[in-house]
Amino acid sequence: MDKLKNNIIQSDGLKAPVIRIGALQWIRSNLFNGVFNSILTIVTLLLLYKVVPPFIKWAFIDSFWFSTAKECSAGDGACWSIIPANIRFIIFGFYPHELHWRPLLAMIMMVGLILYCKNRDHWKKSLIYIWIAGLIIMGLLMKGGLFGLTSVDSDQWGGLPLTLMLSVFGMVAAYPLGIVLALGRRSKMPAVKTVCIIYIELIRGVPLISLLFMSAILFPLFFPQGVTINKIIRAQAAIIMFTAAYIAEVVRGGLQAITRGQYEAAESLGLNYAQKMRLVILPQALKIVIPPTVGILISAFKDTSLVVIIALYEILKTTRTALADPAWMGFSPEAYIFVALIYFVCCYTMSNYSRRLEKELHS
Amino acid sequence: MRNSNNSSSTGNAEQKIPLLNDPKIRSIVYQILTIGMVVLLGYYLFSNTVTNLKRQSIATGFGFFEKEASFEIGESLIPYSAADTYGKALFVGILNTVKVAFIGIVLTVILGTFLGIARLSKNWLVSKLAAVYIEVMQDIPILLQLFFWYSFFYDILPPTREALEPMKGVFMSNRGLAFAIPEAHPAYKYMAISFIVGCIAVYFLRKWAKKRQEKTGQIFPLFLCSIAIILGLPLVTWLFSGAPHRMNVPELVGFNFQGGLNISPEFGALLLGLVLYTAAFVAEIVRAGIQAVSKGQTEAAMAIGLKPGQILNLVILPQALRVIIPPLTSQMLNLTKNSSLAVAIGFPDFVSVASTTINQTGQAIEGITMIMVVYLCFSLLTSFFMNWYNKKMALVER
Amino acid sequence: MKLFKLCLVVGIVFAISGVAFAGQTFDSVKAKGFVQVGVNEGLFGFGKPDEKGVWRGLDVDTARAIAVAVFGDASKVKFIPLTAVQRFTALQAGEIDVLCRNATQTLGRDTELGLDFAQVNYYDGQGFLVPKKLKIKRAKELDGATICVLPGTTTELNVADYFRTNNMKMKPVVIESNVELNKAFFAGRCDCMTSDASQLASVRAVAPNPDDYMILPDIISKEPLAPAVRHGDNQWKDIVNYSVLAMIEAEDLGITSKNIDEMLKSKNPLIMRFLGVTSGNGKALGLSENWAYNIIKQVGNYAEVFERNVGKNTPLKLERGLNALWKDGGIMYSPPFK
Repeated sequence: MDKLKNNIIQSDGLKAPVIRIGALQWIRSNLFNGVFNSILTIVTLLLLYKVVPPFIKWAFIDSFWFSTAKECSAGDGACWSIIPANIRFIIFGFYPHELHWRPLLAMIMMVGLILYCKNRDHWKKSLIYIWIAGLIIMGLLMKGGLFGLTSVDSDQWGGLPLTLMLSVFGMVAAYPLGIVLALGRRSKMPAVKTVCIIYIELIRGVPLISLLFMSAILFPLFFPQGVTINKIIRAQAAIIMFTAAYIAEVVRGGLQAITRGQYEAAESLGLNYAQKMRLVILPQALKIVIPPTVGILISAFKDTSLVVIIALYEILKTTRTALADPAWMGFSPEAYIFVALIYFVCCYTMSNYSRRLEKELHS
Repeated sequence: MRNSNNSSSTGNAEQKIPLLNDPKIRSIVYQILTIGMVVLLGYYLFSNTVTNLKRQSIATGFGFFEKEASFEIGESLIPYSAADTYGKALFVGILNTVKVAFIGIVLTVILGTFLGIARLSKNWLVSKLAAVYIEVMQDIPILLQLFFWYSFFYDILPPTREALEPMKGVFMSNRGLAFAIPEAHPAYKYMAISFIVGCIAVYFLRKWAKKRQEKTGQIFPLFLCSIAIILGLPLVTWLFSGAPHRMNVPELVGFNFQGGLNISPEFGALLLGLVLYTAAFVAEIVRAGIQAVSKGQTEAAMAIGLKPGQILNLVILPQALRVIIPPLTSQMLNLTKNSSLAVAIGFPDFVSVASTTINQTGQAIEGITMIMVVYLCFSLLTSFFMNWYNKKMALVER
Repeated sequence: MKLFKLCLVVGIVFAISGVAFAGQTFDSVKAKGFVQVGVNEGLFGFGKPDEKGVWRGLDVDTARAIAVAVFGDASKVKFIPLTAVQRFTALQAGEIDVLCRNATQTLGRDTELGLDFAQVNYYDGQGFLVPKKLKIKRAKELDGATICVLPGTTTELNVADYFRTNNMKMKPVVIESNVELNKAFFAGRCDCMTSDASQLASVRAVAPNPDDYMILPDIISKEPLAPAVRHGDNQWKDIVNYSVLAMIEAEDLGITSKNIDEMLKSKNPLIMRFLGVTSGNGKALGLSENWAYNIIKQVGNYAEVFERNVGKNTPLKLERGLNALWKDGGIMYSPPFK
């Protein structure tokens, strides 16, 4: 058998390698191999020809970039001018105009931190402290009130910083909660298990918007008179509750993938439950579920857009407010494409990273 | 609240040391603590709510179900007027949700499968286009897409009097799409019945053919026969009942199109947004499912002399479906849950009607509870189906 | 696990929000240092942030008047934009102290919703806005029309009632946000829009071409728009009530923000009492004696507020109509301030 294999390899190696890297060859083998594929290619090309050039003409050639609304209405092309004309409101919402550098700095910090995390060599315990410190500084920058910074009430937060805050804080807080829920669901104690299952299934069974309604309308009724919690915090709580249930399910998948031997080995070493989980099981389980966790982060990020419905001024809402100006009213596709681009860049980076990570972890 | 925390943590510390060696007692203590905490939290919230409601003298209970709703609903599957009750209005909402979810799921599965196959196509152009589509759609929030499509409907399409007519009997305007549909005739009812009869007949035919094959080894041309029965029976019924072919063509009467089938911009935008968004996820699922069946399976099937159709039917699909169905169901559920975003673009789905009800009656707790319960029911139904399916699949698996 | 959650909730409650345990709204407002007011998320002339993010409008000025009455400072107010669905529950739950969001006073809201309405700050009625090119002159010609309407409002009910009594058919398009509803209407999604006449004027004012639209002469309902407070808090209701009335009374007495300092020297006992030169009113309400003086000085009398936000020189171009003083043919009338 081995001999045969060797022979095959050898004979393969002896053959002159067929190199087909010419452009024509490539086109033939990838686009026109067979009648069906040829037809498919031609139809697709025709379709693209119908769609792409007019779009390019609309978006780039006939378009306006820094004009007034009047000039836009006169032309045929896309009116990107709506973005630069309203950019500060779209990005920062009601945040005081002269203090815009603060949320900007906070956002740059956050992006920097995330980029720093990309490298797996930096994944150490100290990273947690860096994150905590970073989040505190960002919060301070947004809120002010210390070190001579003017205090800005959280009612005035809006736009992109709010979107980022809702998703990042949502994730950071939901992660430990999700792990606890997953452990609870895997627990041998029936009462704990039932409570966790009910929570997870309940939350996963309802749409986020119903939780947001609850946070906006019902939460205040749940607390004694006089206790009021800021609307943003309440929405944040709803997002955390929602995300935690999904993380719990992902983590549970990871826990299930750990073989029994690992549990038994940990127990035979005399580790108690907390030690067993913290030192043996969770490090392995969480590593397995990194890619799906990133998936949840992406959907949590996208889901923050739903707070529009309870009138929080995150980036979609600020954009729509800008669109309400009668002068700019007809240019919603342009504005929506701009916001979509922001979301796309963020989500695409994340999903790309998660794919790369998946590969790295597998190898 | 603070007190309860303190007492519980000190309670832990005291009990931990002497009972460390008895996991049973410890587990009971933990459970009692958990339940206690949940009950305490629940009681705390509940009592606050009750006090708040009492103090504000806010009406409670579901008495409003019987009251006259006195608001109109834009579109409804059953006759509804402002004189009907809130209960009926909410039911109209549920039906609208079911309608959008059902049509959405069917279209999503079709489009998603198509995209998934396109993604695996050997044609570079098609495969790359599908990849771009999937990536872009997955990375843009559904709500944004809904807004975009809704604004597309009313910003870009012309008013009714200048409606586009891309095909005869199809009108596109900022009031939505209007189609010609066959005029009502008893024949269609009979056709529906004969269609159902055909489906049942095919079910038994399949059973019989399988038995016969197991006994005799002879293969019955099942696929062709099934198609012939399912399509042929209604066709024959149609011919026998006089082949009615009058169409109900939409006409512009007064403000709007009358007659034919109307698709409102709200419904159109919602459906389009949901289908285009969810199909991207379904495409990934289908692709993964097909790829999960290793090439060796196909080769092995070829080696034992199965025809291509049989390979697909007997070897690849059963295995691929096992991988595809569970995540597919969860995507269907996602679509149903996302249909609640209709409230943002004005389609009267259940959430939308419920939130109007909340507003008119002022009974937010009841309203939001209803929303949650209804969607929970959808989820439970789906997971029952899932469990049933998984069990069925497990049986097949030896 | 639940411990963790509990801690989280407690932590959030204590760390971030100012906790004010107090029975009466007035005390809790004083303790907080500002009045929390629910306003419209974007209704030109009544409540809308301008391009710098400063809130403007009739309702917004009413809210400022209340803040002035309590603190003597018009900036001690926090605006919370609310959608129609959120507005009443936000008030019921104590998220806001007073709701100035063009809410119509009705029996149901006064009783079942647990609200109390103060003095009406705008008398309105429901009308229809149509594009001129449809050539419709009366509401009765609207049979079969598609109608844009805000969900959960009294107008949604009125229009259904109106079409039912007149045996006409309608198709509602309901979108929860004003802004989005206006856009749909201008784009021709509906044949007509129905709302309070003042709101329709505001919608027309922001239309790409206001002259293409007209408000039909038919008014199909009574819509008294008033600030609302929680039921059963009499002192707070008095303060809100008399803050609005003070602006009306000031117009009646001829006091404006410009001439108010001269008026201080007036020997008219009515004016002396009103401005707190003769003390008594402030103490009765639990406010400082110059509360009314402050309101007029910082916000203005009703005529000034009206003209500034919705009057002839604004894009809304509303007439005083019902909202004129009783002696000018309207129904704005204030009880004596004594």
